[in-house]
Amino acid sequence: MSLNLDSKTPSGPLEKKWEQHKFESKLINPANRRKFEVIVVGTGLAGASAAATLGELGYKVKAFCFQDSPRRAHSIAAQGGINAAKNYQNDGDSVHRLFYDTIKGGDFRSRESNVHRLAEVSVSIIDHCVALGVPFAREYGGLLDNRSFGGAQVSRTFYARGQTGQQLLLGAYSALNRQIAAGSVEMFPRTELMDVVLVDGHAKGIVTRDLTTGAIQTWAADCVIMATGGYGNVFYLSTNAKGSNVTATYRAHRRGAAFANPCYTQIHPTCIPVAGDHQSKLTLMSESLRNDGRVWVPKKKGDTRASSQIPEDERDYYLERKYPSFGNLAPRDISSRSAKEVCDEGRGVGPGGLGVYLDFADSIKRLGEDKIRERYGNLFDMYHQITGENAYHGPMRIFPAVHYTMGGLWVDYNLMSNVPGLFVLGEANFSDHGANRLGASALMQGLADGYFVIPYTIGNYLAPQVGKRPTTDHPAFKQTEAEVRANIHKLLSIKGKRSVDSFHRELGLIMWDHCGMARTEKSLTRALKRLPELRQEFWQNVNVPGENESLNTSLERAGRVADFLEFGELMCLDALTRKESCGGHFREEYQTPDGEALRNDEEYSHVAAWEYQGEGNAPIRHVEPLTFDNVKLATRSYK
Amino acid sequence: MNLHLKVWRQKNPATKGALVSYEARNIPEDCSFLEMLDLVNEDLLSRGEEPIAFDHDCREGICGMCSLTINGIPHGPSETTTCQLYMRKFKDGQTIYIEPFRASAFPLLRDLAVNRSAFDRIQQAGGFISAHVGAAPDGNAILVPKTDADHAMEAAACIGCGACAAACPNASAMLFVGAKVTHLAALPQGQPERERRVLAMVRRMDAEGFGNCSNYLECEAVCPAEISTTVIGQLNRDYAHALAKESL
Repeated sequence: MSLNLDSKTPSGPLEKKWEQHKFESKLINPANRRKFEVIVVGTGLAGASAAATLGELGYKVKAFCFQDSPRRAHSIAAQGGINAAKNYQNDGDSVHRLFYDTIKGGDFRSRESNVHRLAEVSVSIIDHCVALGVPFAREYGGLLDNRSFGGAQVSRTFYARGQTGQQLLLGAYSALNRQIAAGSVEMFPRTELMDVVLVDGHAKGIVTRDLTTGAIQTWAADCVIMATGGYGNVFYLSTNAKGSNVTATYRAHRRGAAFANPCYTQIHPTCIPVAGDHQSKLTLMSESLRNDGRVWVPKKKGDTRASSQIPEDERDYYLERKYPSFGNLAPRDISSRSAKEVCDEGRGVGPGGLGVYLDFADSIKRLGEDKIRERYGNLFDMYHQITGENAYHGPMRIFPAVHYTMGGLWVDYNLMSNVPGLFVLGEANFSDHGANRLGASALMQGLADGYFVIPYTIGNYLAPQVGKRPTTDHPAFKQTEAEVRANIHKLLSIKGKRSVDSFHRELGLIMWDHCGMARTEKSLTRALKRLPELRQEFWQNVNVPGENESLNTSLERAGRVADFLEFGELMCLDALTRKESCGGHFREEYQTPDGEALRNDEEYSHVAAWEYQGEGNAPIRHVEPLTFDNVKLATRSYK
Repeated sequence: MNLHLKVWRQKNPATKGALVSYEARNIPEDCSFLEMLDLVNEDLLSRGEEPIAFDHDCREGICGMCSLTINGIPHGPSETTTCQLYMRKFKDGQTIYIEPFRASAFPLLRDLAVNRSAFDRIQQAGGFISAHVGAAPDGNAILVPKTDADHAMEAAACIGCGACAAACPNASAMLFVGAKVTHLAALPQGQPERERRVLAMVRRMDAEGFGNCSNYLECEAVCPAEISTTVIGQLNRDYAHALAKESL
């Protein structure tokens, strides 16, 4: 079977593509917009902004989220900021520079056209968020303040203390609320997507489960938008919220949507280290801390002295040493891998030697404790809360943790997957970050997709679809609903001995050990042997108590873990077949003599998009070649 | 450490609930409160019982989904959310009462999970600025003095968890409503709809069955986002002003 991976990238010069595409995109007149029903799954930055904007334009929107309120989506936890090429600081920023930094930061594995569009609309995002009342940080003169962030040498990051994601999400949530009140958006919280319904090959609806009553329902629409976030929880321990899952995108994959670059996962360098086996999640400390914190470990192996007892000349500020021009602001993948290296050498600090210091002593001396408190007070409080340690008096201990996933469902320039009518926004798609995402770019992409891209591009699909919406009486809905019910029944009737969580933890360990910060052919092959065994055990021995017709948290998690178990295999397969190192994907076999990622542009300058072939069958790897006409492929150097 | 738990169990809104005793054994003190409940649930599962249902998501104190009234205090004995409460705050052998957030406007769903959609409906009534996409002026065209922006940010930090209403003897939501009203009233962008907003939000709040403020200040004491009750003063002033203007 052939898969259509036409990116529909507009022709013409890079900086004119989006303008031209907007002009050429089909418009739908206001009277007709009312006739179209759009389903939006997920209400984070991408989903909430899309639902609000489409509602504002007059489409009839139904929005779904599994949390008890759209305001809970995990975008809320983003701390550091949002990038935009405003050049308010007069430090040489421009749309082209943001574009270039993002392409380079992604290790030349993203589409030029999409990334340039992202950089272009970044400036409008800030304007719109200010208009919505997002309380960005200000200078005394009343102007917007900026800070710098990893992977860039300009200050282009806008922020609201350490709670930028929260404030941007609450802004989008308020826009969504306005549309709910106006009747253009209907909101369904505590409602989880169970499957996508395809009619004649087009995504025309979904099946959901009401998480409080267990009611299984079908919903028909003219198209479906998924903005359901990333799959970092395949590792069990990650900085994602506990509920974050791959189910929506994976079920869409099973229905034919290609999954692109699943092996691209981002390991964030500044998280609080693991404290014990009971740990349920990892907590991120914003990367913005690296603006004023210095990363170091002892020069000596196995040095157990307290940090204050280690004299200056016995400390190794390894990021400053290895990357003098970017120093502590080296991109995430490089910082994480460097931390792993020094810990592997036996120079890690804290329990188990799995940690490095992030030290604010110099900044406190230079700026005073009050200034540091003003910039990062909530982060220092959080660190204190979790570890019981005071980081104003001694360095923080940090360690890398899974944080973001660059891979996702394949989409074209219109953000539509290869399944007509299925759009994918935000972290759930693969489009803009290549093999590594720069800090403060996730918020930018989520809002770009929702506020400024989908409202234009959706018309290209919808315009010829007038009157083609099926009803839920269509046999495809009945069939999909029956499959969903059968799957739930199966999970509930196994009545095995092991809890859902124990399977999830074991899966996470396999993924972290074999498909984590560094991967090898050997480790991936081992994981690919182990995962089907674990999946088989799951389906024979999982214990899901209770029934469908009530709030049943075990059942919710069982469905998600079942999908993670299949998805983990796809990730390993993708990592195994990408025989190069790039960004967040580091294959130990492919590195430079000094340990940097070694790309293979001749053979792997492409997107790998996987096509599902049914349970137990190997998926097919398709390729979308990446061409670079506006940047020169270079070895990423931050030295 | 070992703990004696008394946990509210209630299958659904229609059935009666009761406090049920559980023993939590060998709990590390670096564990968070929710991780302690995870361990108790794993134990219940291994004995073929249904786990305790409770709401949670981000587990880093920002999403506002976790709740729980712990020994009578919403979010328990620390100034944070339940998910950021660590077991080192408790003593070995201690008895801990765990109940849902209680307020008539937060109907119970199961065990410790309650429905807080009333908060969403209050926000839908007016907690927004009507700015449509594409119409905004340049971000720096609207100057906001730093002190005003900081003031707005302090109020905007509300995480919508509902602890304020659960702690209040009147189940008042005025800290929650005051926070949004204050956030938007502190900014120039929020002025055009300032009066409409406060009237609509207060009326919705009353219709949802939340009570009024009579200065117990329990809300401020439990608020994990450290929202100050000065926002209630702001809410009252703005409401009185808007009401007076409306009656003209």
